[in-house]
Amino acid sequence: MAVPKICGIETEYGIVVKGPADFNPILTSSLLINAYATPAFRRVKWDYEEENPLRDARGFDRSGAETLPEEDSGLVNVILPNGARYYVDHAHPEYSSPECSNPRDVVVWDKAGERILEQSMSAAQRIAGEGERVFIYRNNSDGKGNSYGTHENYLVDRATPFPALVKHLIPFFVSRQVFTGAGKVGAENGAEQVDYQISQRADFFEVEVGLETTFKRPIVNTRDEPHADADVYRRLHVIVGDANMCEVPILLKTGTTALLLTMIEDDFITEDYSLRDPVRALRAVSHDPSLRTTIELSDGRKLTALELQWEYLRLAKKYAQDAELHPAMDDVLERWEGVLEGLEDDPMTLAGQLDWVAKLSLLRRYQERDGLSWGDAKMRMIDLQYHDVRRSRSLYWRLADAGQIERLVTDDEIAYAMDHPPTDTRAYFRGECLRRFSDVIVAASWDSLIFDIGEEPLRKVPTLEPTRGTKAHVQGLLDASPDAAALIHNLSA
Amino acid sequence: MADQTRKPKPKQDDTNPQAEEARASETSTEDVDELLDEIDEVLEANAEEFVRSYIQKGGE
Repeated sequence: MAVPKICGIETEYGIVVKGPADFNPILTSSLLINAYATPAFRRVKWDYEEENPLRDARGFDRSGAETLPEEDSGLVNVILPNGARYYVDHAHPEYSSPECSNPRDVVVWDKAGERILEQSMSAAQRIAGEGERVFIYRNNSDGKGNSYGTHENYLVDRATPFPALVKHLIPFFVSRQVFTGAGKVGAENGAEQVDYQISQRADFFEVEVGLETTFKRPIVNTRDEPHADADVYRRLHVIVGDANMCEVPILLKTGTTALLLTMIEDDFITEDYSLRDPVRALRAVSHDPSLRTTIELSDGRKLTALELQWEYLRLAKKYAQDAELHPAMDDVLERWEGVLEGLEDDPMTLAGQLDWVAKLSLLRRYQERDGLSWGDAKMRMIDLQYHDVRRSRSLYWRLADAGQIERLVTDDEIAYAMDHPPTDTRAYFRGECLRRFSDVIVAASWDSLIFDIGEEPLRKVPTLEPTRGTKAHVQGLLDASPDAAALIHNLSA
Repeated sequence: MADQTRKPKPKQDDTNPQAEEARASETSTEDVDELLDEIDEVLEANAEEFVRSYIQKGGE
């Protein structure tokens, strides 16, 4: 029986300061986060006890095999009242959304992160030095061979054999780019040159399966760090996606991937779509906006990415007939089909829904009007500025605010989500505790909160079950607890 | 263009669909052109220098 598909998205943002002197991206990222977070939230430490990014889903521990990300506890690392983590990862500000129960909520809380970055940027700009201008981009590449990630996370049943996940996920990830891609001018990292490609990230993947995220990037990442009861769950850490500006691809990438995982857990898929050369196929699909490239399967069949996606949609629709799915999945299935139909008919008809098409359409209009070649710096500038987090400057937002890109959620929902957690996952308990008792919370993490209620020892409240701690579960308890000591007492009663 | 794309399956009604389409396409081309003018105003000047100096440390 498939487990609920609790999911979330982590986004590392590109950051640069233009000014008279060189800038330090780590310091600037710290400044940015501190400028946003109120002192009360800045004081709560991140609890690293349960973290081990080098534990491998295939069953071995590689501690020491790779240089660990230097998550020095001195670096800025805050937990926001919406249950998100906002911190400095490597040389980037990163927003990890709170746990969501469905793909529509992922859209809301992921886009809330973008607004948080925009507000942080304004705050940082106010305290920046003379002549310094801060820029933040929600993309994945600097166009010079350096990439930073957008990672999806899904709760998965520990009982599902990892090889079964790998087998089905690889062809799915290779083909889903046709709607998840954020579009990019040119190619990099040694890839064959192209004018324009579908994905920001495809050029950076070099192996099929692996633990690394910063080099030799794998299509399926094996990091086994569940941030939940490890006997029951895995957390699938998906590093192959792009940062999306459009809402439709955020809904679709998380919705379709969640559906696929659910089908794998229920052992529903009997077909085998294994690819002969997945790494090459990932690049080939991304490099062909005409979508005509075929991919060779291990059994010799040759399918386009679209044909593969039609296969997955067919399976998902069949599965959905008898499964109890979250209501948001109806919309996912309908839009999935609509997008595949549009892509088949003429990809350009999706300029109002998908990032890679919206950007391509805009670039072509510029080419027509100004006679620009693909090598013109202005083309790369348009590519980059499409992802600017400032709503007034972002080219995505110019299109969206002109009514040319379809929205799925409202500005009000996003604004609310900047300060409030989802109500139907453990993020609710974390966010509410921070809002009510932040003065006595010493540390927190995805799966714990540590309270100092004025007597030894510190009290750790584990939150190992992502589906508990919801509003339905704990609102009464929280309301009956005037302070943290009462809460601890009530929890142990 | 975009008006059409938001409705991948436009419903056929009694009105002349071709004329509808032509009108929609005309309006939206004008919109797009106006939009380009608007974008010109916000697009960073010195694209060449800006893009060249946008260098990130790898992340993840």
